Amino acid sequence: MSDITLIGINHKTAAVELREALAFTAEDTSNALKSLISNDDIKEAMIFSTCNRMEILFIPAHENGTQAMISFLSEYKNVPASRFQEALYIYRGSDAIKHLFRVASSLDSMILGEPQILGQVKAAYRATIANKSSGVIINRLMHKAFSIAKKVRRETGIGDNAVSISYAAIELANKIFSDLSERRVMLLGAGEMAELAIEHLISHGVKKIIVANRTFENAVTLAEKFNGKAVKFEERERMLQDVDIIVSSTGATEYVLTASHVKKIMSLRKSRPLFFIDIAVPRDIDPEINKIDNAYLYDIDDLQNIVDDNMDGRKKEAVKGERLVDEAVIKFQRWLSNLDVVPTIVAIREKIEKITEAETEKTLSSLQLGDEEQEAIKRMARAITSKIMHDPIRFLKNTGNHRDDSFYLNAAREIFNINNMNGD
Amino acid sequence: MTLENASHTLFVISTAVYAASMAAYITYLFKQKDEFQNYGFLLICLGAALHFAGICITTIIMGTLPAYNLEQTLYIAALSLSGTFIVLNQKFNLKILGLFASPLIVIMMSVAFMVNETPPVKASFLKGFWLVSHIVMIFTGEAALALACGSGILYLIQEKAIKEKKRGFFYKRLPSLDLLDNTSYHSVIIGFTMLTVGLITGLVYAKNVWGTFWSWDPKEIWSAVTWLIYAALLHGRLTSGWRGRKSAIMTILGFGVLLFTLFGVNLLIGGHHQPFTK
Repeated sequence: MSDITLIGINHKTAAVELREALAFTAEDTSNALKSLISNDDIKEAMIFSTCNRMEILFIPAHENGTQAMISFLSEYKNVPASRFQEALYIYRGSDAIKHLFRVASSLDSMILGEPQILGQVKAAYRATIANKSSGVIINRLMHKAFSIAKKVRRETGIGDNAVSISYAAIELANKIFSDLSERRVMLLGAGEMAELAIEHLISHGVKKIIVANRTFENAVTLAEKFNGKAVKFEERERMLQDVDIIVSSTGATEYVLTASHVKKIMSLRKSRPLFFIDIAVPRDIDPEINKIDNAYLYDIDDLQNIVDDNMDGRKKEAVKGERLVDEAVIKFQRWLSNLDVVPTIVAIREKIEKITEAETEKTLSSLQLGDEEQEAIKRMARAITSKIMHDPIRFLKNTGNHRDDSFYLNAAREIFNINNMNGD
Repeated sequence: MTLENASHTLFVISTAVYAASMAAYITYLFKQKDEFQNYGFLLICLGAALHFAGICITTIIMGTLPAYNLEQTLYIAALSLSGTFIVLNQKFNLKILGLFASPLIVIMMSVAFMVNETPPVKASFLKGFWLVSHIVMIFTGEAALALACGSGILYLIQEKAIKEKKRGFFYKRLPSLDLLDNTSYHSVIIGFTMLTVGLITGLVYAKNVWGTFWSWDPKEIWSAVTWLIYAALLHGRLTSGWRGRKSAIMTILGFGVLLFTLFGVNLLIGGHHQPFTK
């Protein structure tokens, strides 16, 4: 029986150039899977490609299947194997299962616990199904991968708490304001991180965005991008009366908002809370502002501290996740090892013989028969059993020139309902 | 079983149910699984129903709302608290407040069991519509103000965590400052309204019984002080934006004075309410 095998490269083993060279687009994937179906070296295959990894999960038809797959990859992507051989990892059997489970559960991600990976794995599996390149083993393996991934997310804190600056800011905003959709945000300046924070705020329901920039034109451009309103930079103090969250990221060397500004405004806004997010270096917002009642100020270092703490928390939770994965691997292995001709035949025979024996005993005990007659009936029962079993067993021993025995083995196990004896 | 035994049994069972609710809320605090909060809330509802039945029976026995010794007063106060909590929780969905309400109810019930049995004051004038509305209004108002104080405490804890950038055990578990502040504010509005009506019905009742609205009894004076504190708090909020920390501190102080008016005055100073807390 050939082993489940997984080959691939990821952000840890390969630089971005190599990852790009070996990446599969959706179309690539579909074409590659189609040609893999007709490949006699491979029984089942699935391709999983994101910006951080490219992995192929497959069941080789024979010992040289892995080498065949590597050649296929090299030819298909037109990259000499020598270029990626060093970065390529090859996992077999339980190592491959474990790796897949870890990837799906986001234990192998660049940002531990990031939630997108499961969706990406699911999409890859959908493509596999669409191209009919998977069989019994990969199908079951993938379903187990999805359920372990959900379990890890549900039972550990691996996805808890923000691990990016902008998300940390959103989390804080949610601890200050009860409903972000009613809040207004002012962006001072521009910059990638600040704009990301605004985007996250919008995805959390914030609707009103005001942009102020020293160059009014830039403010207008950004305001258009966020469907907001541009104001002059000089208006920023007055605007404090109307907004609730301020994201600041200007190139100024002096504070653009000072404590005395905010004190004045606070009485005008009847002390409704203000949340300042200062992601500029050097800082834009006077740290004294944090001492004013109902004003809260977090600068980039404060946010980074939160991110670091949260990352530590996720690492602790990942230990639990690894344990859950190990358990799932063991269970899957148990199922897989039974998916072979001999254990399947033994299990079917045992089941049928047990039934025959029990039924014969029941009948004989209610009849008054002599020893000889009893023996005759028992013999007859055994003969019926073995005759009935003969053809199915012969078929299982030699399924003919089919691509995939595991399909029939699995079907036989389902028909005789012997799968449930193998744990999960 | 006599009726008196029946009501006592109901109080005992309801206390046990309240205690179970408290356990569910504490579990919720640690585990952060919503189901525990749901159990806690259902248990508090069940406890309140049993508790209410107990009070009804005592009312039938006595022919009036039973609040004439410390034990009875505590039963009434605890029921007001659970009832008010149930209503406010439905309105604001502030799950964590159960963590404050349930232990407070359990404490009041337990103290009620422990106090010496003083026979309830019996007097022909302790009956009638004005008196019953006085008792109901005052206790419901006080319960709402207790919950306001609870939200105020939670607000201060959460505010400190955010201000000092030290996110401890509670930070994750407490809701937003906005929600805590709002709950506290609305509880004060409800509590203050009830308190006002309760004081007015008390004055009307006093006029009926003693022929005068106001007799400078210590209870009356301290009630007026309490009322003024909450009036100042609401006024400050509406006119000069006393929000957040200031308002939370005032709510806690106000509740301290209220507790003194409820128990302290009777125990330390005296006055015409004194027998009800013996």
